Amino acid sequence: MSLTKIFTASIGRKLAMGITGLFLISFLVVHCSINALIFVNDGGETFNRAAHFMATNPVIRTMEIVLFAGIIWHIIQSLILTRMNQKARSIGYAVSGADANSKWYSRWMGLLGTLILIFLIIHLRHFWTGARFTGLESGTVLIDGHEYDDMFGEMKIVFSQGWVVIVYTLGMISLAYHLMHGFQSAFQSLGINHKKYTPAIKTIGMLFSLIVPLVFAMMPMAVYMGWIG
Amino acid sequence: MNITLKIWRQKNGNDKGSFQTYQLADVSPDMSFLEMMDVLNEKLIRNSEDPVAFDHDCREGICGMCSMYINGRPHGPLRGVTTCQLHMRSFKDGDTITVEPWRADAFPVIKDLAVDRSSFDRIMSAGGFVSVNTGNAQEANNILIPKEDADMAFSAAACIGCGACVAACKNASAMLFVSAKVSQLALLPQGRVEAKERVMKMVAQMDEEGFGNCTNTYACEAECPKLISVENIARMNREYLKAQLT
Repeated sequence: MSLTKIFTASIGRKLAMGITGLFLISFLVVHCSINALIFVNDGGETFNRAAHFMATNPVIRTMEIVLFAGIIWHIIQSLILTRMNQKARSIGYAVSGADANSKWYSRWMGLLGTLILIFLIIHLRHFWTGARFTGLESGTVLIDGHEYDDMFGEMKIVFSQGWVVIVYTLGMISLAYHLMHGFQSAFQSLGINHKKYTPAIKTIGMLFSLIVPLVFAMMPMAVYMGWIG
Repeated sequence: MNITLKIWRQKNGNDKGSFQTYQLADVSPDMSFLEMMDVLNEKLIRNSEDPVAFDHDCREGICGMCSMYINGRPHGPLRGVTTCQLHMRSFKDGDTITVEPWRADAFPVIKDLAVDRSSFDRIMSAGGFVSVNTGNAQEANNILIPKEDADMAFSAAACIGCGACVAACKNASAMLFVSAKVSQLALLPQGRVEAKERVMKMVAQMDEEGFGNCTNTYACEAECPKLISVENIARMNREYLKAQLT
Protein backbone atom coordinates (compact mmCIF):
# COMPACT_ATOMS: atom_id res chain seq x y z
CA MET A 1 0.00 0.00 0.00
CA SER A 2 1.28 3.46 -0.83
CA LEU A 3 2.10 6.14 1.71
CA THR A 4 -0.70 8.41 0.48
CA LYS A 5 -3.17 5.65 1.30
CA ILE A 6 -2.36 6.08 5.00
CA PHE A 7 -4.19 9.37 5.21
CA THR A 8 -7.28 8.27 3.34
CA ALA A 9 -7.97 5.13 5.39
CA SER A 10 -10.03 5.47 8.54
CA ILE A 11 -7.08 5.12 10.89
CA GLY A 12 -5.00 7.50 8.78
CA ARG A 13 -7.60 10.24 9.06
CA LYS A 14 -7.61 9.80 12.83
CA LEU A 15 -3.85 10.04 12.69
CA ALA A 16 -4.08 13.30 10.77
CA MET A 17 -6.51 14.69 13.35
CA GLY A 18 -4.14 13.67 16.14
CA ILE A 19 -0.99 15.06 14.55
CA THR A 20 -2.58 18.39 13.58
CA GLY A 21 -4.29 18.55 16.98
CA LEU A 22 -1.02 18.13 18.85
CA PHE A 23 0.62 20.67 16.56
CA LEU A 24 -2.13 23.18 17.33
CA ILE A 25 -1.68 22.42 21.03
CA SER A 26 2.02 23.24 20.71
CA PHE A 27 1.00 26.55 19.14
CA LEU A 28 -1.25 27.26 22.11
CA VAL A 29 1.72 26.85 24.44
CA VAL A 30 3.75 29.42 22.52
CA HIS A 31 0.85 31.85 22.05
CA CYS A 32 -0.19 31.62 25.68
CA SER A 33 3.34 32.06 27.03
CA ILE A 34 4.03 35.12 24.88
CA ASN A 35 0.71 36.78 25.64
CA ALA A 36 0.99 36.04 29.35
CA LEU A 37 3.81 38.60 29.30
CA ILE A 38 1.12 41.28 29.58
CA PHE A 39 0.80 40.19 33.20
CA VAL A 40 4.32 41.55 33.80
CA ASN A 41 2.28 44.75 33.98
CA ASP A 42 4.96 47.10 32.63
CA GLY A 43 2.70 48.98 30.28
CA GLY A 44 3.08 46.25 27.69
CA GLU A 45 6.80 46.81 27.08
CA THR A 46 7.91 43.18 27.51
CA PHE A 47 4.91 41.95 25.59
CA ASN A 48 5.42 44.37 22.70
CA ARG A 49 9.06 43.33 22.38
CA ALA A 50 8.06 39.67 22.33
CA ALA A 51 5.29 40.35 19.83
CA HIS A 52 7.80 42.18 17.65
CA PHE A 53 10.14 39.20 17.77
CA MET A 54 7.30 36.89 16.78
CA ALA A 55 6.26 39.17 13.94
CA THR A 56 9.71 39.52 12.45
CA ASN A 57 11.48 36.20 13.05
CA PRO A 58 11.60 34.27 9.77
CA VAL A 59 11.20 30.89 11.51
CA ILE A 60 8.04 32.09 13.24
CA ARG A 61 6.77 33.61 10.00
CA THR A 62 7.24 30.28 8.23
CA MET A 63 5.56 28.46 11.09
CA GLU A 64 2.62 30.82 10.73
CA ILE A 65 1.98 29.38 7.28
CA VAL A 66 2.37 25.82 8.61
CA LEU A 67 -0.02 26.75 11.41
CA PHE A 68 -2.72 27.91 9.01
CA ALA A 69 -2.17 24.76 6.96
CA GLY A 70 -2.52 22.72 10.15
CA ILE A 71 -5.78 24.41 11.10
CA ILE A 72 -7.20 23.94 7.61
CA TRP A 73 -6.12 20.30 7.47
CA HIS A 74 -7.62 19.67 10.91
CA ILE A 75 -10.92 21.20 9.76
CA ILE A 76 -11.03 19.43 6.39
CA GLN A 77 -10.31 16.03 7.95
CA SER A 78 -12.94 16.63 10.62
CA LEU A 79 -15.53 17.48 7.97
CA ILE A 80 -14.70 14.38 5.93
CA LEU A 81 -14.78 12.20 9.08
CA THR A 82 -18.07 13.70 10.23
CA ARG A 83 -19.62 13.04 6.84
CA MET A 84 -18.37 9.44 6.83
CA ASN A 85 -19.58 8.90 10.38
CA GLN A 86 -23.02 10.22 9.60
CA LYS A 87 -23.22 7.88 6.62
CA ALA A 88 -22.28 4.94 8.85
CA ARG A 89 -25.57 5.33 10.73
CA SER A 90 -28.22 6.78 8.45
CA ILE A 91 -31.06 5.71 10.77
CA GLY A 92 -30.47 6.80 14.34
CA TYR A 93 -31.83 5.63 17.67
CA ALA A 94 -35.07 6.79 19.24
CA VAL A 95 -33.60 6.72 22.73
CA SER A 96 -30.05 7.80 23.56
CA GLY A 97 -28.29 6.68 26.70
CA ALA A 98 -24.98 8.13 25.60
CA ASP A 99 -24.48 10.12 28.81
CA ALA A 100 -24.05 6.81 30.62
CA ASN A 101 -21.14 5.70 28.48
CA SER A 102 -19.23 8.78 27.37
CA LYS A 103 -18.52 12.42 28.17
CA TRP A 104 -20.74 14.91 26.37
CA TYR A 105 -17.79 16.95 25.14
CA SER A 106 -16.22 13.88 23.53
CA ARG A 107 -19.37 13.56 21.43
CA TRP A 108 -19.68 17.26 20.58
CA MET A 109 -16.17 17.94 19.31
CA GLY A 110 -17.52 19.17 15.99
CA LEU A 111 -19.75 21.75 17.63
CA LEU A 112 -17.00 22.84 20.03
CA GLY A 113 -14.60 23.09 17.09
CA THR A 114 -17.08 25.22 15.16
CA LEU A 115 -17.44 27.57 18.13
CA ILE A 116 -13.66 27.80 18.34
CA LEU A 117 -13.50 28.56 14.61
CA ILE A 118 -16.04 31.37 14.99
CA PHE A 119 -13.99 32.73 17.89
CA LEU A 120 -10.82 32.37 15.82
CA ILE A 121 -12.21 34.39 12.92
CA ILE A 122 -13.27 37.19 15.29
CA HIS A 123 -9.91 36.98 17.03
CA LEU A 124 -7.89 37.12 13.80
CA ARG A 125 -9.95 40.10 12.67
CA HIS A 126 -9.18 41.83 15.98
CA PHE A 127 -5.43 41.39 15.97
CA TRP A 128 -3.91 39.45 13.12
CA THR A 129 -5.26 41.27 10.06
CA GLY A 130 -4.35 44.61 11.63
CA ALA A 131 -0.85 43.58 12.63
CA ARG A 132 -0.15 41.90 9.31
CA PHE A 133 -1.98 43.96 6.71
CA THR A 134 -4.10 46.95 7.58
CA GLY A 135 -2.10 48.43 10.43
CA LEU A 136 -3.04 48.62 14.08
CA GLU A 137 -5.52 51.13 15.42
CA SER A 138 -3.15 51.70 18.31
CA GLY A 139 -0.28 52.54 15.95
CA THR A 140 3.30 52.17 17.13
CA VAL A 141 5.16 52.77 20.33
CA LEU A 142 8.78 53.76 21.04
CA ILE A 143 10.73 51.44 23.32
CA ASP A 144 14.44 52.28 23.88
CA GLY A 145 14.48 54.32 20.70
CA HIS A 146 13.01 51.48 18.57
CA GLU A 147 9.60 51.66 17.00
CA TYR A 148 7.35 48.69 17.75
CA ASP A 149 3.79 47.83 16.78
CA ASP A 150 1.71 48.60 19.85
CA MET A 151 0.02 45.22 20.21
CA PHE A 152 -0.60 45.92 23.87
CA GLY A 153 -2.36 49.17 22.99
CA GLU A 154 -4.49 47.23 20.49
CA MET A 155 -5.41 44.80 23.24
CA LYS A 156 -6.51 47.68 25.43
CA ILE A 157 -8.70 49.07 22.64
CA VAL A 158 -10.28 45.72 21.71
CA PHE A 159 -10.78 44.53 25.27
CA SER A 160 -12.42 47.77 26.39
CA GLN A 161 -15.64 46.41 24.86
CA GLY A 162 -17.74 44.22 27.14
CA TRP A 163 -19.10 41.97 24.37
CA VAL A 164 -15.57 41.12 23.28
CA VAL A 165 -14.71 39.97 26.78
CA ILE A 166 -17.82 37.76 26.80
CA VAL A 167 -17.13 36.30 23.33
CA TYR A 168 -13.50 35.60 24.23
CA THR A 169 -14.52 33.93 27.49
CA LEU A 170 -17.06 31.74 25.67
CA GLY A 171 -14.42 30.94 23.04
CA MET A 172 -12.03 29.83 25.78
CA ILE A 173 -14.69 27.68 27.46
CA SER A 174 -15.22 25.95 24.11
CA LEU A 175 -11.46 25.53 23.77
CA ALA A 176 -11.21 24.05 27.27
CA TYR A 177 -13.77 21.35 26.54
CA HIS A 178 -12.34 20.70 23.07
CA LEU A 179 -8.93 20.17 24.63
CA MET A 180 -10.24 18.02 27.49
CA HIS A 181 -11.18 15.44 24.91
CA GLY A 182 -8.69 16.30 22.19
CA PHE A 183 -5.47 16.22 24.20
CA GLN A 184 -5.65 12.61 25.35
CA SER A 185 -7.56 11.54 22.25
CA ALA A 186 -4.68 12.64 20.01
CA PHE A 187 -2.31 10.30 21.83
CA GLN A 188 -4.77 7.42 21.55
CA SER A 189 -5.12 8.01 17.80
CA LEU A 190 -1.35 7.98 17.44
CA GLY A 191 -1.36 4.58 19.11
CA ILE A 192 0.06 5.81 22.39
CA ASN A 193 -1.79 4.04 25.15
CA HIS A 194 0.28 2.58 27.91
CA LYS A 195 -0.52 1.54 31.44
CA LYS A 196 2.29 3.71 32.82
CA TYR A 197 2.00 6.78 30.61
CA THR A 198 -1.67 7.11 29.73
CA PRO A 199 -2.79 8.15 33.23
CA ALA A 200 -0.08 10.84 33.15
CA ILE A 201 -1.16 11.99 29.67
CA LYS A 202 -4.75 12.23 30.88
CA THR A 203 -3.78 14.25 33.96
CA ILE A 204 -1.52 16.58 32.01
CA GLY A 205 -4.22 16.92 29.35
CA MET A 206 -6.82 17.87 31.91
CA LEU A 207 -4.52 20.43 33.57
CA PHE A 208 -3.52 21.84 30.20
CA SER A 209 -7.18 22.11 29.14
CA LEU A 210 -8.01 24.09 32.25
CA ILE A 211 -4.92 26.24 32.69
CA VAL A 212 -4.24 27.42 29.13
CA PRO A 213 -7.81 28.60 28.35
CA LEU A 214 -8.01 30.14 31.82
CA VAL A 215 -4.82 32.15 31.28
CA PHE A 216 -6.11 33.23 27.86
CA ALA A 217 -9.51 34.17 29.27
CA MET A 218 -7.85 36.23 32.01
CA MET A 219 -6.28 38.50 29.38
CA PRO A 220 -9.41 40.30 28.10
CA MET A 221 -10.83 40.17 31.61
CA ALA A 222 -7.76 41.75 33.20
CA VAL A 223 -7.57 44.49 30.58
CA TYR A 224 -11.30 45.22 30.76
CA MET A 225 -11.31 45.37 34.54
CA GLY A 226 -8.21 47.58 34.51
CA TRP A 227 -6.11 45.11 36.51
CA ILE A 228 -3.26 45.73 34.10
CA GLY A 229 -2.55 48.88 32.17
CA MET B 1 -43.97 -6.68 37.55
CA ASN B 2 -45.95 -4.83 34.92
CA ILE B 3 -43.87 -3.70 32.00
CA THR B 4 -44.66 -1.58 28.97
CA LEU B 5 -42.49 -2.45 25.98
CA LYS B 6 -41.87 -0.17 23.03
CA ILE B 7 -40.35 -2.48 20.46
CA TRP B 8 -39.06 -1.73 16.98
CA ARG B 9 -41.03 -3.81 14.47
CA GLN B 10 -39.83 -4.09 10.92
CA LYS B 11 -41.01 -6.82 8.55
CA ASN B 12 -37.81 -6.94 6.53
CA GLY B 13 -34.95 -4.86 5.21
CA ASN B 14 -37.19 -2.99 2.79
CA ASP B 15 -39.92 -2.21 5.32
CA LYS B 16 -39.80 1.22 6.93
CA GLY B 17 -40.54 -0.11 10.41
CA SER B 18 -42.02 1.55 13.48
CA PHE B 19 -42.38 1.17 17.22
CA GLN B 20 -45.15 -1.00 18.62
CA THR B 21 -46.22 -0.83 22.23
CA TYR B 22 -46.96 -3.98 24.23
CA GLN B 23 -48.14 -4.43 27.81
CA LEU B 24 -46.80 -7.36 29.74
CA ALA B 25 -48.21 -8.28 33.16
CA ASP B 26 -46.85 -10.66 35.82
CA VAL B 27 -43.24 -10.44 34.70
CA SER B 28 -41.01 -12.16 37.23
CA PRO B 29 -38.01 -10.08 38.36
CA ASP B 30 -35.96 -13.29 38.10
CA MET B 31 -36.61 -13.66 34.37
CA SER B 32 -33.81 -12.77 32.03
CA PHE B 33 -34.60 -10.09 29.50
CA LEU B 34 -34.78 -12.72 26.76
CA GLU B 35 -37.14 -14.88 28.83
CA MET B 36 -39.36 -11.84 29.19
CA MET B 37 -39.21 -11.50 25.38
CA ASP B 38 -40.14 -15.19 25.11
CA VAL B 39 -43.19 -14.56 27.29
CA LEU B 40 -44.16 -11.66 25.04
CA ASN B 41 -43.71 -13.80 21.93
CA GLU B 42 -45.82 -16.63 23.35
CA LYS B 43 -48.53 -14.11 24.06
CA LEU B 44 -48.27 -12.75 20.50
CA ILE B 45 -48.42 -16.27 19.04
CA ARG B 46 -51.51 -17.08 21.14
CA ASN B 47 -53.12 -13.96 19.69
CA SER B 48 -52.08 -15.06 16.17
CA GLU B 49 -49.71 -12.11 15.89
CA ASP B 50 -46.22 -12.15 14.46
CA PRO B 51 -43.68 -12.78 17.24
CA VAL B 52 -40.78 -10.35 17.64
CA ALA B 53 -37.65 -11.56 15.85
CA PHE B 54 -34.50 -11.27 17.93
CA ASP B 55 -31.14 -13.01 17.92
CA HIS B 56 -30.16 -15.34 20.74
CA ASP B 57 -28.29 -18.58 21.14
CA CYS B 58 -26.33 -19.67 24.21
CA ARG B 59 -28.17 -17.45 26.69
CA GLU B 60 -25.17 -17.64 29.00
CA GLY B 61 -23.27 -14.59 27.80
CA ILE B 62 -20.63 -16.21 25.64
CA CYS B 63 -21.93 -16.52 22.09
CA GLY B 64 -22.45 -12.88 21.16
CA MET B 65 -25.76 -13.43 19.42
CA CYS B 66 -28.11 -11.32 21.54
CA SER B 67 -28.12 -7.75 20.42
CA MET B 68 -30.78 -5.48 21.80
CA TYR B 69 -30.48 -1.74 22.27
CA ILE B 70 -32.39 -1.29 25.50
CA ASN B 71 -33.36 2.17 26.74
CA GLY B 72 -30.63 3.80 24.71
CA ARG B 73 -27.86 1.36 25.58
CA PRO B 74 -26.61 -1.84 23.94
CA HIS B 75 -27.34 -4.86 26.16
CA GLY B 76 -29.20 -2.60 28.58
CA PRO B 77 -28.18 -0.72 31.69
CA LEU B 78 -25.67 -3.09 33.31
CA ARG B 79 -21.92 -3.00 32.80
CA GLY B 80 -20.13 -6.00 31.32
CA VAL B 81 -23.31 -7.94 30.68
CA THR B 82 -25.02 -9.28 27.56
CA THR B 83 -28.79 -8.95 27.08
CA CYS B 84 -29.29 -12.61 27.94
CA GLN B 85 -27.62 -12.08 31.32
CA LEU B 86 -29.68 -9.00 32.07
CA HIS B 87 -32.56 -9.71 34.43
CA MET B 88 -35.86 -7.97 34.91
CA ARG B 89 -34.83 -7.07 38.47
CA SER B 90 -32.72 -4.36 36.84
CA PHE B 91 -35.99 -2.63 35.97
CA LYS B 92 -38.81 -1.29 38.10
CA ASP B 93 -42.47 -2.25 38.16
CA GLY B 94 -44.34 -0.01 35.73
CA ASP B 95 -41.25 0.80 33.64
CA THR B 96 -41.50 1.52 29.94
CA ILE B 97 -38.64 -0.16 28.13
CA THR B 98 -37.69 0.86 24.60
CA VAL B 99 -36.01 -1.87 22.56
CA GLU B 100 -34.30 -1.08 19.26
CA PRO B 101 -32.06 -3.05 16.92
CA TRP B 102 -28.35 -2.20 16.56
CA ARG B 103 -28.25 0.84 14.30
CA ALA B 104 -25.48 0.87 11.73
CA ASP B 105 -25.61 0.80 7.97
CA ALA B 106 -23.07 -2.03 8.10
CA PHE B 107 -25.58 -3.96 10.26
CA PRO B 108 -28.77 -3.85 8.17
CA VAL B 109 -31.98 -4.92 9.90
CA ILE B 110 -33.13 -8.39 8.84
CA LYS B 111 -36.34 -8.29 10.82
CA ASP B 112 -37.46 -6.47 13.97
CA LEU B 113 -34.51 -6.60 16.38
CA ALA B 114 -32.34 -9.00 14.37
CA VAL B 115 -29.57 -7.41 12.33
CA ASP B 116 -27.16 -8.84 9.80
CA ARG B 117 -23.71 -8.84 11.34
CA SER B 118 -21.98 -10.73 8.54
CA SER B 119 -19.82 -7.63 7.96
CA PHE B 120 -17.92 -8.79 11.06
CA ASP B 121 -17.47 -12.22 9.47
CA ARG B 122 -16.07 -10.63 6.33
CA ILE B 123 -13.60 -8.60 8.41
CA MET B 124 -12.49 -11.84 10.09
CA SER B 125 -12.17 -13.60 6.75
CA ALA B 126 -9.98 -10.76 5.52
CA GLY B 127 -7.24 -11.58 8.01
CA GLY B 128 -8.46 -12.47 11.50
CA PHE B 129 -6.66 -15.78 11.60
CA VAL B 130 -3.24 -17.42 11.67
CA SER B 131 -2.40 -19.48 8.59
CA VAL B 132 -1.02 -22.84 9.63
CA ASN B 133 -0.07 -25.95 7.77
CA THR B 134 -2.15 -28.82 8.97
CA GLY B 135 -0.45 -31.57 10.90
CA ASN B 136 0.09 -32.50 14.49
CA ALA B 137 -0.15 -29.75 17.04
CA GLN B 138 3.30 -29.03 18.33
CA GLU B 139 4.35 -29.28 21.96
CA ALA B 140 2.57 -26.45 23.77
CA ASN B 141 5.63 -25.14 25.55
CA ASN B 142 7.82 -24.94 22.45
CA ILE B 143 7.04 -21.27 22.12
CA LEU B 144 7.40 -19.43 25.40
CA ILE B 145 5.08 -16.48 25.83
CA PRO B 146 5.38 -13.95 28.65
CA LYS B 147 2.46 -14.19 31.05
CA GLU B 148 1.59 -10.51 30.57
CA ASP B 149 1.34 -10.90 26.78
CA ALA B 150 -0.73 -14.04 27.14
CA ASP B 151 -3.08 -12.23 29.53
CA MET B 152 -3.50 -9.27 27.18
CA ALA B 153 -4.09 -11.59 24.22
CA PHE B 154 -6.64 -13.51 26.25
CA SER B 155 -8.55 -10.45 27.33
CA ALA B 156 -8.67 -9.24 23.71
CA ALA B 157 -9.82 -12.71 22.65
CA ALA B 158 -12.72 -12.45 25.10
CA CYS B 159 -14.51 -10.38 22.40
CA ILE B 160 -17.61 -12.29 21.37
CA GLY B 161 -18.24 -10.15 18.29
CA CYS B 162 -21.72 -9.10 19.37
CA GLY B 163 -21.41 -5.63 17.86
CA ALA B 164 -22.35 -3.67 20.99
CA CYS B 165 -19.30 -1.46 20.35
CA VAL B 166 -20.68 -0.48 16.94
CA ALA B 167 -24.15 0.02 18.42
CA ALA B 168 -22.83 2.21 21.23
CA CYS B 169 -20.48 4.31 19.11
CA LYS B 170 -21.95 7.58 17.89
CA ASN B 171 -20.08 6.97 14.64
CA ALA B 172 -21.03 3.29 14.34
CA SER B 173 -17.33 2.50 14.34
CA ALA B 174 -16.16 -1.10 14.55
CA MET B 175 -12.70 -0.29 15.80
CA LEU B 176 -13.06 -1.93 19.21
CA PHE B 177 -14.06 -5.21 17.59
CA VAL B 178 -11.42 -5.09 14.87
CA SER B 179 -8.72 -3.98 17.30
CA ALA B 180 -9.54 -6.83 19.68
CA LYS B 181 -9.24 -9.30 16.83
CA VAL B 182 -6.01 -7.70 15.59
CA SER B 183 -4.60 -7.64 19.12
CA GLN B 184 -5.37 -11.20 20.16
CA LEU B 185 -3.08 -12.36 17.36
CA ALA B 186 -0.58 -9.49 17.23
CA LEU B 187 0.35 -10.09 20.87
CA LEU B 188 1.38 -13.69 20.28
CA PRO B 189 4.44 -14.95 18.37
CA GLN B 190 2.27 -17.19 16.19
CA GLY B 191 0.32 -14.14 15.05
CA ARG B 192 3.30 -11.85 14.53
CA VAL B 193 4.26 -13.56 11.26
CA GLU B 194 1.25 -12.16 9.41
CA ALA B 195 0.71 -9.13 11.65
CA LYS B 196 1.33 -6.45 9.02
CA GLU B 197 -0.76 -8.00 6.32
CA ARG B 198 -3.51 -8.81 8.80
CA VAL B 199 -4.00 -5.32 10.17
CA MET B 200 -3.99 -3.73 6.72
CA LYS B 201 -6.49 -6.21 5.30
CA MET B 202 -8.81 -6.12 8.29
CA VAL B 203 -8.83 -2.32 8.43
CA ALA B 204 -9.40 -2.12 4.67
CA GLN B 205 -12.36 -4.51 4.98
CA MET B 206 -13.71 -2.57 7.97
CA ASP B 207 -13.62 0.63 5.90
CA GLU B 208 -15.21 -1.09 2.93
CA GLU B 209 -18.10 -2.33 5.07
CA GLY B 210 -18.97 1.28 5.83
CA PHE B 211 -18.32 1.44 9.56
CA GLY B 212 -17.59 4.90 10.96
CA ASN B 213 -14.37 6.24 12.39
CA CYS B 214 -13.27 6.16 15.99
CA THR B 215 -13.37 9.52 17.76
CA ASN B 216 -12.25 8.11 21.09
CA THR B 217 -15.42 8.73 23.06
CA TYR B 218 -14.78 5.28 24.58
CA ALA B 219 -18.51 4.50 24.65
CA CYS B 220 -17.57 1.09 23.16
CA GLU B 221 -15.40 0.14 26.12
CA ALA B 222 -18.09 1.28 28.56
CA GLU B 223 -20.78 -0.80 26.83
CA CYS B 224 -18.77 -3.87 25.86
CA PRO B 225 -20.20 -6.92 27.63
CA LYS B 226 -16.71 -8.39 27.73
CA LEU B 227 -15.08 -5.13 28.88
CA ILE B 228 -12.65 -5.09 25.96
CA SER B 229 -10.23 -2.21 26.54
CA VAL B 230 -9.67 0.70 24.15
CA GLU B 231 -5.96 -0.01 24.62
CA ASN B 232 -6.58 -2.45 21.81
CA ILE B 233 -7.61 0.40 19.50
CA ALA B 234 -4.34 2.19 20.25
CA ARG B 235 -2.51 -1.07 19.54
CA MET B 236 -4.32 -1.44 16.23
CA ASN B 237 -3.42 2.17 15.34
CA ARG B 238 0.23 1.37 16.14
CA GLU B 239 0.16 -1.88 14.21
CA TYR B 240 -1.46 -0.15 11.25
CA LEU B 241 1.03 2.69 11.23
CA LYS B 242 3.93 0.26 11.56
CA ALA B 243 2.55 -1.87 8.75
CA GLN B 244 2.10 1.13 6.47
CA LEU B 245 5.46 2.74 7.17
CA THR B 246 7.68 -0.34 7.01
